[in-house]
Amino acid sequence: MHPILKMTLQRLGLGLVTLFVVSVIIFAAVEMLPGDLAQEILGQSATPETVAAFRRQLGLDLPWYTRYFDWLGNILTGDLGRSLASNREISELIGTRLSNTLFLAGLAAVISVPLALTLGILAALYRNSIFDRMVNVFTLSAISFPEFFVAYILILFLSVNAGWFPSISNIGADTGFFDQVYRTLLPALTLTAVVTAHMMRMTRAAIINLLASPYIEMARLKGIPARRIIVHHAVPNALAPIINVVALNLAYLVVGVVVVEVVFVYPGLGQLLVDSVAKRDITVVQACSLVFAATYILLNLTADVLSIVSNPRLLHPR
Amino acid sequence: MSQSNQEVLLEVKGLRIEGRSDDQWNEIVHGIDLTLHKGEVLGLIGESGAGKSTIGLAAMGFTRDGCRISGGSVKYEGEELVNGDPDALRKLRGSSIAYVAQSAAASFNPAHKLIEQTIETPLQHNVMSRSDAERDAVALYTRIRLPNPDEIGFRYPHQVSGGQLQRAMTAMAMTCRPNLIVFDEPTTALDVTTQIEVLAAIRDAVEQFNTAAIYITHDLAVVAQMADRIMVLRYGNLVEESDTRTMLGAPREDYTKSLWAVRSFQKAEPFVHKEEMTPIIEIKNVDAAYGDVPVLFDVSFKVFEKQTVAVVGESGSGKSTTARCITGLLPPSKGEVFYRGEKLAAATKSRPRDQLRHMQMIYQMPDTALNPKSRIRDIIGRPLTFYLGMTGAKKTERIRALLDEIELEPDQFIDRLPSELSGGQKQRICIARAMAAEPSLIICDEVTSALDQLVAEGILRLLDRLQREFGLAYMFITHDLATVRAIADEVVVMKQGKVVESGEKNSIFQPPHDPYTDLLLSSVPEMDPDWLTQLLADRAAKGMAFEQSSGN
Amino acid sequence: MLNIWKELKKAPMTAWFGMIVIAIYIFVSIFAGVLAPFGETEVVGYEYEPWGGDYLLGTDNLGRDMFSRLLYGAQNTVAIAIVTTFLAFFLGGFLGLLAASLGGFLDQFLSRVMDVLMAIPQLIFALLLLTIFGTNLINMVLVIAVLDSTRVFRLARAVAMNIVVMDYVEVAKLRGEGLWYQIRHEVLPNAMAPLVAEFGLRFCFVFLFIAALSFLGLGIQPPTADWGSMVRDNATLITFGDITPLLPAAAIALLTVAVNFVVDWMLHRSSGLKE
Repeated sequence: MHPILKMTLQRLGLGLVTLFVVSVIIFAAVEMLPGDLAQEILGQSATPETVAAFRRQLGLDLPWYTRYFDWLGNILTGDLGRSLASNREISELIGTRLSNTLFLAGLAAVISVPLALTLGILAALYRNSIFDRMVNVFTLSAISFPEFFVAYILILFLSVNAGWFPSISNIGADTGFFDQVYRTLLPALTLTAVVTAHMMRMTRAAIINLLASPYIEMARLKGIPARRIIVHHAVPNALAPIINVVALNLAYLVVGVVVVEVVFVYPGLGQLLVDSVAKRDITVVQACSLVFAATYILLNLTADVLSIVSNPRLLHPR
Repeated sequence: MSQSNQEVLLEVKGLRIEGRSDDQWNEIVHGIDLTLHKGEVLGLIGESGAGKSTIGLAAMGFTRDGCRISGGSVKYEGEELVNGDPDALRKLRGSSIAYVAQSAAASFNPAHKLIEQTIETPLQHNVMSRSDAERDAVALYTRIRLPNPDEIGFRYPHQVSGGQLQRAMTAMAMTCRPNLIVFDEPTTALDVTTQIEVLAAIRDAVEQFNTAAIYITHDLAVVAQMADRIMVLRYGNLVEESDTRTMLGAPREDYTKSLWAVRSFQKAEPFVHKEEMTPIIEIKNVDAAYGDVPVLFDVSFKVFEKQTVAVVGESGSGKSTTARCITGLLPPSKGEVFYRGEKLAAATKSRPRDQLRHMQMIYQMPDTALNPKSRIRDIIGRPLTFYLGMTGAKKTERIRALLDEIELEPDQFIDRLPSELSGGQKQRICIARAMAAEPSLIICDEVTSALDQLVAEGILRLLDRLQREFGLAYMFITHDLATVRAIADEVVVMKQGKVVESGEKNSIFQPPHDPYTDLLLSSVPEMDPDWLTQLLADRAAKGMAFEQSSGN
Repeated sequence: MLNIWKELKKAPMTAWFGMIVIAIYIFVSIFAGVLAPFGETEVVGYEYEPWGGDYLLGTDNLGRDMFSRLLYGAQNTVAIAIVTTFLAFFLGGFLGLLAASLGGFLDQFLSRVMDVLMAIPQLIFALLLLTIFGTNLINMVLVIAVLDSTRVFRLARAVAMNIVVMDYVEVAKLRGEGLWYQIRHEVLPNAMAPLVAEFGLRFCFVFLFIAALSFLGLGIQPPTADWGSMVRDNATLITFGDITPLLPAAAIALLTVAVNFVVDWMLHRSSGLKE
């Protein structure tokens, strides 16, 4: 088998195993609840008989592995169970919120990826210039800021003072696409500020690392024009690290939405998760965690696979 | 090599170069003058820190990041390169002046095929069409005697061996038929048997196209084969300059003479074997493997008191692995190791402290063999406490005695950190640390190959004296046959994990020997300028295939 | 001593800025009780009183003195973050050095466990665990310390891996030294520089993490003065253009910026990058 196919399959296999183990952990975490779910739902005042009956009804008297595989099977068919607090179908709760969250993360990605790559490459090319130093100080600060700090600063200036954007992202089922973009822009900008700094620094480091390699020096000594050196010699080798940087930051974005959603009261999955944690609505927390973890793992997996595929040494084995 | 005509190609005057370290500029090349005529090969020779590579690059009007030309001029065919117009410089590079780097593996772009990189220069300089360039590249590959010249260009760099890559880089430098090529230690990273082929190919190509060259190396014997004229450099200054034969025959300066003399060192008291002796170390029919990959096959030899056994071979021959089997870091999968006739436990961990004490090691890189955070006092003191239970004043006294023994002034060195020592001094500390254990056997793993020649000779002399004074046995791992000639009593030749031949030094160096030993011995460059020519003629007469040993 | 001073003199402005800010924070957190005009949880006036007068920075949503709470916040928030980071370091650092020095099965096992733990986003994992164990201070510190120790493990292991292959470690092994001696005398002293820099980075991360949890109402619980929850409690003021709630947020940002500046300088120096 071609080694690249083999490595990709291995990586995918490993990703599946990770997903499986993570689902076990998330399931087991709930099992570790002091007392159990039935007690948790009915409260301390319930009689032992009621609790026992309810336990049977929930299937809690079955051994844990039976319940785990039932749970996993249900999830795979789209049944995430019911909320303890509201008794509503969790899949129903999550549905539109997940798409809202992905919309927010996607919008932030669309802005931040090109911005970060451009700035990163420029900083690497003009390293140690005033521009580079300014960018370094600026990004280092942006990384150091708590997300809610950035969010409130944006609200203060762009919403309260300038009045350009709403400070609360009101999004419903009937909101049109452009309206949704408009209302999502402020939270998206917040995420952009944080993620761009990270991504830019990583891009810069990757490029500088690359420009120091002997084959770049060789190209210069062959009298190759600077533009061709970048396009022909640097970029093909920079692809893998850059793809990695982007994918890692996208993964970070999906998780980073939690705080931002809370600040802007954005109707997304993060908001739901935080509310459910506060209410100790365990089944919802479990489901949200699984969705977040799965997205995160899949994005990281994509990064791994892409960097394997773009490695010339692996593409053309001995 | 034809005598050059007198037309000047490159003229360097008063070249000064500064390097940046610790936020300040320090001069590293102090006013070098250099003249190169058309078709002439100039050898730049010197030890590390001599500034050879920096000067070589400056000949192309180029400095690495963190360096700058601070004075003087570099004129190529009358055109000033220092602070020249970047575009004009770019047009010159590759087409008129080309460069061959030390590490071919790192200097080829992993993302493109060899031929793409070879023809890039003529295409970018607009001197050939693509199809002409490709045809020419194949011709050059043939010229430079690469195997399968029609196909090899369509491979990626990592699919080709180091020796072949180095030749391909020479072909790449030739594509525009430059007037001058700068060769920057092109064979330093290669094994001797591979080196021969690269040297032959380079010399042949340079002669064929009457290209002038600057050949940079630290190896005198190599430069003797390649250069018409030699410049000896030290600490960024010119020591001496003359044509090759004069330089080799009658060097003027003391420094040059001392470089030449290094090769004449000989062990003072050769080992005499007596029947009743028990070997200090005997290794019997040892096999070993890294995981599932077998690396040693049936290796056996003995080392006696006051004897130096040199284990010789190229990279991957299993010399260092043998040492790891003896010390127990890699327990053998088969076979035994005996210490004074007593069988040793396979793994280091299971051996008693006293057995460990009797076997000490010295390494190739003194930099990584000394803990950078430990002071000399602690480095030498630890074995004294650990093995001999010494403490307090007695220990200090012993440390000072050991420093005296290795010719380092105790007061000056005892409280230093390794970073405050030179390479040779560090290696001496390693020797003192080994001696502190009062061992019977010291395993020396390439102990001189990371050092400059003069320093290396000092280390060899020290080891020789210690052997006489303390009756030590040495197992000397090396790829350098000059070192073997200097200090060995017994030689073990290894290839691909097997002992090819072993015996007393004189018998190994006298014919007849095993074909591999022959190849190895004959490939070691000698100080005779006609050596390479002679050797190639001999080999051609014997019908030896050129590609014999460059399989990987 | 002289060497340290010489290095300091060469430090860039940003690093100096960072060090001075850190010193001020340390001073304030030690002497918060002396410096603060009012008690930490003392209700001194009406809600949301403006700046000036008796209350330098006004009062919060319950009528407590904002300035005093900011000072006490320095004590609580910073101390909790430091304790958490230390815990993470002891756990992750110790396991990382051990895994690298021993190698073999233990190394493989620990590395795989850490990989899986790192496959789950930290914030999500923390929220899940806090739901189950309850959102109190001790749980939060433990959960974050354990989750963050995976990052420390990775770095400590990677750093130690580069050291254990050094010949001087082999020398110690061949001499017959025990594992503890090898770690203590050969590996640890050489791993210190990157680990100290990493400590700064991990501190920033933990500090921001705790701030985020507190901001979400799931971290440090009232009435303890804490910067994250202070932002949350007074956030409404922003919509009236009052910047008071930004002050604790800025306090958090300033400290992490300062630490990052210092770490950046340390990393730059130790990497030997002269560029």
